[in-house]
Amino acid sequence: MKKHLLSIHDVTAEDIVRILDTAESLREVGTRVIKKVPALRGRTVVNLFYENSTRTRISFELAAKRLSADVINFSTSGSSVSKGESLKDTALTLQAMGADAVVIRHSSSGSPLTLTRWVRGSVLNAGDGTHEHPTQALLDLYTMREKLGRLEGLRVAIVGDVLHSRVARSLSFGLVKMGAEVTLVGPPTLIPPDAPAWGVDVSYDIGGVLPKLDVCYMLRVQRERQRQQYFPSVREYARLFGLTRDRVAMLPEDALIMHPGPMNRGVEIDSDVADLPNSVIEEQVTNGIAIRMALLYLLLGGTGADGADAGEAA
Amino acid sequence: MTGRILLRGGRVVDPAAGRDEVADVLISDGAIASADGPTTGATVIDADGLVIAPGLVDLHTHLREPGREDKETVESGSRAAAVGGFTAVSPMANTEPVADNAAVIHEVRALGERAGLVDVFPVGAITRGLAGEEMAEIGEMVEAGVRIFSDDGRCVPEARVLRNALTYARAFEGVVIAEHCEDGSLAEGGQMHEGEHSYALGLAGQPREAEEVIVARDLAIARLTGGRLHLCHLSSAGSVELVRRAKRDGLRVTAEVTPHHLVFSDDDLVTYDTNFKVNPPLRTPEDRQALGRAVADATIDVVATDHAPHAVEEKEAEFDRSPPGTIGLETALAALLTQLVEPGTVSLTRAIDALSTTPARILGASDHGGPLEPGRVANLVVFDPAAEWTVEPPFASRSRNSAFLGRSLRGRVVHTIHRGSLVVADGKAQR
Repeated sequence: MKKHLLSIHDVTAEDIVRILDTAESLREVGTRVIKKVPALRGRTVVNLFYENSTRTRISFELAAKRLSADVINFSTSGSSVSKGESLKDTALTLQAMGADAVVIRHSSSGSPLTLTRWVRGSVLNAGDGTHEHPTQALLDLYTMREKLGRLEGLRVAIVGDVLHSRVARSLSFGLVKMGAEVTLVGPPTLIPPDAPAWGVDVSYDIGGVLPKLDVCYMLRVQRERQRQQYFPSVREYARLFGLTRDRVAMLPEDALIMHPGPMNRGVEIDSDVADLPNSVIEEQVTNGIAIRMALLYLLLGGTGADGADAGEAA
Repeated sequence: MTGRILLRGGRVVDPAAGRDEVADVLISDGAIASADGPTTGATVIDADGLVIAPGLVDLHTHLREPGREDKETVESGSRAAAVGGFTAVSPMANTEPVADNAAVIHEVRALGERAGLVDVFPVGAITRGLAGEEMAEIGEMVEAGVRIFSDDGRCVPEARVLRNALTYARAFEGVVIAEHCEDGSLAEGGQMHEGEHSYALGLAGQPREAEEVIVARDLAIARLTGGRLHLCHLSSAGSVELVRRAKRDGLRVTAEVTPHHLVFSDDDLVTYDTNFKVNPPLRTPEDRQALGRAVADATIDVVATDHAPHAVEEKEAEFDRSPPGTIGLETALAALLTQLVEPGTVSLTRAIDALSTTPARILGASDHGGPLEPGRVANLVVFDPAAEWTVEPPFASRSRNSAFLGRSLRGRVVHTIHRGSLVVADGKAQR
């Protein structure tokens, strides 16, 4: 594995299998009474969140804590950043404090790569602008493999605002890498013009796609996109591309319904659809912790002083 | 240093005189003298192996003063220009306050005279406050010596306002309306050229059509008005085609390109290096090649720097928060020599023409651009076309946001002579 995880392109198919396998063995830790192993004892993980994201931050925090790392949460409100400190100065400060890993979430694409210029530790991208969200992709791959037993040959539709979705990008690249067949579905205004280069299919007709799927992955559609004239109205969007109860009936019986959250119930997904038995949205959240444990463990080379413990954990 | 200077045995490249030969050039009391005139007391400079050309003229410079003296001042920018072989620059109007009235124009010119390193010809705004709504007092600024008007940084969004400006300006001989071609709504939020790389980097893109629709519109309005239009920093092959057709149709239009658009492309943005964030954005290698060919066949008349100094902390920010622009005065000549002259795309004479003779003519700067004939004001550059160097700080500019950082270039300015005075000697500014 490379030192940083900035993009899903930083990992090979073999790396992905290793990450998912490691997550598999680490997930058991979360079921113990004492949910902790000493693999990263004495290491420091900084969560640097320039965008609010309770779910991702807590997931990383729990992951690091379950590996016994020291965790510092650095969010931009109420910190030096809200006083105008630059990314560079914040990075140099974290560097001076000896961060072994920095988990960064930022609204500006490329910020994680920029950060690597100033910190010596590993940088994990927890979502940057409209670029990538590799840990989300990995937890989604984990969830699919766990539920369906494989990734190769899976038929997956990613439905919604693909154009602005870092999740869709990372997940598409990851799925293609693992041999799955991906179809992007949405209004043409929200499909990236270069989608054919991703090695995926594109469809504007969700009804034609659903009957053949193993996974229907819904993306959040922000109401702001309507104001920017990507589609005429939220109502029309829901009619044409929303996952309604009627449309769920078109899915094969054992197909999964997934969503990276947070959901806009009634826009891209009907409220009761999200709560159906084949919806694995909550499992995605649970698996997120195991995946992030695996990544921290593998990137920080969890052998070191606690080699024996780490070996046991893996 | 004034008095007599004898440049001995250099290759004189003087497009205005159609001259390219090894010769001596004698300068006496600020003017070019007959080469066989008296050389008593002259400082003799051995120009063997060096090129002697008319001083370079930049039609598109940002000197930031008044307003952002932390980035550049008229003096520091003049020094950067002189080090780059320029003897005249045209600072754009987007200062704080905007150069949309004669008072600011006089101030900038006075600062230039005080610095005394190059001639400073301020550009006036087309519209008050660059707001694109009401015409600025163009006539008053013409009286103050302004020849080029531009709202650079943005285009004039209302076609009617541009129509009136192009029409109104016809009252003044030689006055040029220079447009920054960018459709604001198509370009909005765009951080780089829209294409393969912008998608991969997750950066909002600015399609080349954002430029091309305005180029097409402006050419149509130039046709309508018969006005004199200049198109700033073209970036796309499609824009070049539009200009080529317009020139064939006899429109009074000229166009420019920057050195960075001739050298770099969106391939260079893959590391989110903000020094490559410029406006208009660097486009594809195919666009870059089309721009080079357009310089060669003079569809693009002028190479202009769009020298845009920015503070270190601004450029070290996140990509989408960093301002667009690269400095360029100190690298323009070498960039053109390395990228286009060395491989034979453009002749040395045409390169000097694009960097000096033609911009001087557009600017109406009769003391610049050659011909290097007796009696004319001595504005010259002497450069070593073979010298290789690596671009690195320190710069004479107050800023160091150069897209060329770390780049190896061929061709280096040795001396710059401004009004007979050796303002740069052996590559060093003399004040």
